[in-house]
Amino acid sequence: MACIEARGLRKSFGATIALDGIDLRVEEGRILGLIGPNGAGKSTALNAILGLTSYQGTLKVLGRDPWTERDQLMCDVCFIADVAVMPRWMRVSQALDYVAGVHPRFDRAKAEGFLAKTIIKRSSKIRELSKGMVTQLHLALVMAIDAKLLVLDEPTLGLDLLYRKQFYDTLLNDYFDGSRTIVVTTHQVEEIQDILTDVMFLNRGRIVLDCSMADFETRYVEVMARPEHVAAARALKPLHERQVFGRSILLFDRADRDQLAGFGEVRTPSIADLFVAMIGGQAAETQGAAP
Amino acid sequence: MTTQVDTLPEPVRTPPRATRPFYWSIRRELWENRSLYIAPLAAAAVTLFGFAIGDIWLLRRMSALDQERRSFAVGHYDLAALVIMLTMLLAGVFYCLGALHGERRDRSILFWKSLPVSDLTTVLAKASVPLVILPLLGFIIIVATQLIMLMMSTALLLLNGISATALWVEGPLSAMSLVQLYCLAVLALWYAPFGGWLLLVSGSARRAVFLWAFLPPLAVCVIEKTAFGTTNVAAFLIHRLAGGYDEAFTTRAEGASQLATLDPVRYLSSPDLWIGLAITAAFLATAVWLRRRREPI
Repeated sequence: MACIEARGLRKSFGATIALDGIDLRVEEGRILGLIGPNGAGKSTALNAILGLTSYQGTLKVLGRDPWTERDQLMCDVCFIADVAVMPRWMRVSQALDYVAGVHPRFDRAKAEGFLAKTIIKRSSKIRELSKGMVTQLHLALVMAIDAKLLVLDEPTLGLDLLYRKQFYDTLLNDYFDGSRTIVVTTHQVEEIQDILTDVMFLNRGRIVLDCSMADFETRYVEVMARPEHVAAARALKPLHERQVFGRSILLFDRADRDQLAGFGEVRTPSIADLFVAMIGGQAAETQGAAP
Repeated sequence: MTTQVDTLPEPVRTPPRATRPFYWSIRRELWENRSLYIAPLAAAAVTLFGFAIGDIWLLRRMSALDQERRSFAVGHYDLAALVIMLTMLLAGVFYCLGALHGERRDRSILFWKSLPVSDLTTVLAKASVPLVILPLLGFIIIVATQLIMLMMSTALLLLNGISATALWVEGPLSAMSLVQLYCLAVLALWYAPFGGWLLLVSGSARRAVFLWAFLPPLAVCVIEKTAFGTTNVAAFLIHRLAGGYDEAFTTRAEGASQLATLDPVRYLSSPDLWIGLAITAAFLATAVWLRRRREPI
């Protein structure tokens, strides 16, 4: 059974189409990065998966319809939005009590264990904690829940470098065990590149790329062409070309690596490079930005 | 040579524990809204403070505690109950207005909705705060306050060498407590539609919840009066505000807070009560529907 399966998922707000009929299948045990410019429909897609918004089309998460079965679904799904959603008036001890009281799969001892590695005090109110500490607390709560799907919507927004690094390290070392599924959206693509098993680009409510990281590494190739070979490289129809220190870097989809190696230094592009190549031009149009 | 296929062992899942979402949802409300019990406790403290000063004043001029004075003291017991009830009513109004609005404003609704608690459980927990928790809490605080007052008066009499037996034997406390409990139950049920309405507005308005709660009913009254010259809506609202007492007691005469005037059978068979409860149910159902759809503000 796929963890998430959507067919023709559509959502519009008035005249604005947030999701334009997307098909999506996420297998169990994958770590999917959902990447897209602002307003691409990422949050709408996540909200639909979490049962926070209605939609047209069919959507099954762990075999359930999220819109009609949100409360049962949340026994097996965890969710961290950005850092601001923990109730500010609550004490840390109350948060532990409450989650323990309502969640059938919460292991309080485990959460206490994670919290013991931080400097968060049980008696503190959440409003007294720094942004980074609130995220640590939320992560400690979520990791103590034996869930099948974890959804992260910009989980490290506004955190400093140390907290961001620690967030993903903890998640990988102490939580991910190959049977859980994680869906994450972020603008800090370079941070998650190494942990993803799959990547998906979303733009204007449509999926523009959906591939595994293994495919990504064989499909896409970048060459920093020596000046005398630029014209020959261009003839192979690159997806995108950019200039770095006066040298042309050309990005290809399914090109012959050996042939490209003759033009200059060949490497696998980063997700961010491919994102700019595929979406940069279009996003600039919609955002009305100068090229 | 045999080849072994490595299969990852199926991870052992924690067996689900029993949970009590409704109970913890109510606990959560009381954690967040401490004014629900601080306000009536403060009202009780203020009343007790006034009563203590009155007692000391009485002590200085008291040759004997005559009948008149004693009934004077009993009046204070009723006043204490009234002050605490009014405070709870106010606390309840403000609680309802914020209950479904605050969680959307501070976006914590996303946290609550990430847990396996249904919108129905949440709304019912929030509704039971003004309908059940507050009246019970109010009763406990009122009885405790009156007991303290009684003990203060007893101490006062004993200090002056007067027997306090009369105060305890003729004392109104047990009968009065029963009447007060009845009163609180009557009020909670009678005002339930208002609680439901406030919760509904709290769950639907984006801002200015207070205005949305009070201006539309007023507007309907004004439109009816100016358009048709009638005041049916206003009369209905006033009946819903003030009519409960007539349904629940046999008489409105002086000294009505006597046990004999309670009329629970008539109150429970009053169609107005049940119409009100049906309206409450409709308001709450709409609030559940709204909570499912509304996004953070």
